[in-house]
Amino acid sequence: MQHLGFSHSKIKIGSFDFTCCEGCQLQLANRESTLPAFLELLDIRNFREISSERHDDYDIALIEGSITREDEVERLKTIRNNAKILIAYGSCACFGGVNSLKNHFPIEESIKEVYGDKEIDTLPVRKISDVVDVDLSIPGCPVSKEEVERIVVSVVTGSLIELPKYPVCVECKQNLNTCLFDLGEVCLGSITRAGCNAVCTTGKTPCLGCRGPADDINFTSFKELVAEKKLSIDDMNEKLGFYNCFEEFRHDKS
Amino acid sequence: MIYKVIAKPEFEKFIDALVKANLSYGPKQVDTDKDGNPIYQFKEVNAASDIAFDYTTTASSAKHFLTPYRETLSHFTFTNSDWEQDISYDSKPMVLIGLRPCDISAINILDDVLLNKHFPSPYYLARRKNTFIIGMDHLPLPDCFCKSLNHHTVTTGFNLFCSDIGDKYYLSINSSKAYNYLKEFDIADPTDEDDCKLIERRKLIKQSFKTDVEVTGLPSFLDIEFDSPIWTKWGDKCLNCGTCAMVCPTCYCYNVEDRPDIDLKGSSRQKQLYSCNLVDFAEVAGGHNFRPKNGDRLKYRYYHHYLGFAENDNQPICVGCNRCGRACLADINPKDVINDLRMEKESCMICVSPSPDKT
Repeated sequence: MQHLGFSHSKIKIGSFDFTCCEGCQLQLANRESTLPAFLELLDIRNFREISSERHDDYDIALIEGSITREDEVERLKTIRNNAKILIAYGSCACFGGVNSLKNHFPIEESIKEVYGDKEIDTLPVRKISDVVDVDLSIPGCPVSKEEVERIVVSVVTGSLIELPKYPVCVECKQNLNTCLFDLGEVCLGSITRAGCNAVCTTGKTPCLGCRGPADDINFTSFKELVAEKKLSIDDMNEKLGFYNCFEEFRHDKS
Repeated sequence: MIYKVIAKPEFEKFIDALVKANLSYGPKQVDTDKDGNPIYQFKEVNAASDIAFDYTTTASSAKHFLTPYRETLSHFTFTNSDWEQDISYDSKPMVLIGLRPCDISAINILDDVLLNKHFPSPYYLARRKNTFIIGMDHLPLPDCFCKSLNHHTVTTGFNLFCSDIGDKYYLSINSSKAYNYLKEFDIADPTDEDDCKLIERRKLIKQSFKTDVEVTGLPSFLDIEFDSPIWTKWGDKCLNCGTCAMVCPTCYCYNVEDRPDIDLKGSSRQKQLYSCNLVDFAEVAGGHNFRPKNGDRLKYRYYHHYLGFAENDNQPICVGCNRCGRACLADINPKDVINDLRMEKESCMICVSPSPDKT
């Protein structure tokens, strides 16, 4: 491969799913218009959504899903040892994701509710960085293929990898959307990292913060404005807890 | 300027013909807020009946038609040892309908920044020269403060301006293009009565303002208040969300990024309108951030709007539309911030010293 007269080698990549819906991996096999060019950048060593080949010599491991079982811990540690760079992608891998709702209930109660009397080996949900070192996080439920493409290109060309630091409001306003607060909804757009092109709010669905907090958010002011607008604090807390992305703020009583 | 009057049904016919023949944007109701009030935006219109002629104000301004939120500035194609740059300044002719005097003033300010300086933007020029602007007056909303900035009327920057004088519009025609097109329709010279009605209309608009923001001497106030605690006070409320700059009709600051194509054979240069309130606006290579605090960033937005331009170009770039104030979730608005700043100094009792004695 040539870029600006320099040659690059393909990225040896493996993609692995843990507790999740595999929607993010599927996302990477999406967007057919650029799929051939995207795959051209990669040497797929292990990626069950794309190829049936299985190899353990990958430079970059993409990790999807959260950790909820003891055997997953072992598998993840092995992958960490094999990979030079480990990327957590998707809200489950980066924050715990929807799976984390389980952590709000006693574990026995959750097992009984879902599996009845069947014996199940399960642990409280953990994000990937709770178990192994993570070099890069690509958030989103699901991840934005466009963003993944941009990051892969940055890896190949050795350029700076960045996620937007500003919140969703920027993209929402660029889409000329009506602010959902004006429609009486609690929306997490003003504290959530952009990069999704405000896809939910453009569809008039309040932001649930799947991409996690933007840089340097003003959580205190956010809580105040929800209260001042006389909107439901319970609704706000439910939204903050949905993807488990705002835990560090939610329980901070200051 | 040529002045004519047109009956409202005939005016709609004129607009209908114009809209059907051209790519056009006008105010449309897009939502109803939780209190039952309509929310408007400038949207594409295909018939006069699409346009909400009696709209109040749009949530976002019309600036993005001339300086889009996102645009590709150029595309580079790489060869092994060289590259080619493709730039296109093409712009379709476009009609903007129903702009308020403040919106047109805002475009005049953008002209000053992006056209009338040493380095005119060819991208902006292409769009601006291909844009036909029809202005319309309106009764101010309770929080409009364009009169404080003298932008409640406008005399330049439009092709046609329409004042509502009851069953007719009083037309100020500012371009031959507009006149030639209007000639095809039933227009008449204003009668004495029409003139009186226009004067009455202007008087009514002028008297209807409920919000006044004292901007005289503001540049020096801002200079003096560089370290004022009010910046921290308002900064503590600021969400750093950039909404104010996005809806603002004159905020033009932007970010440029080069994005290599996924096949690595080329790259595109992307421009995105940005905001000085965003956390990394003043972040530089190596990671140093010149304005890491909310209050500093907020302050510089006010400095740009009311100080820098006022000193260098003899005018603030704020036109008083208060879109930022309405859109701000944290309830930060120019009126309260500026009044706070003035109060701080004008009510200060600590340093009051008697005037020097006459000698």
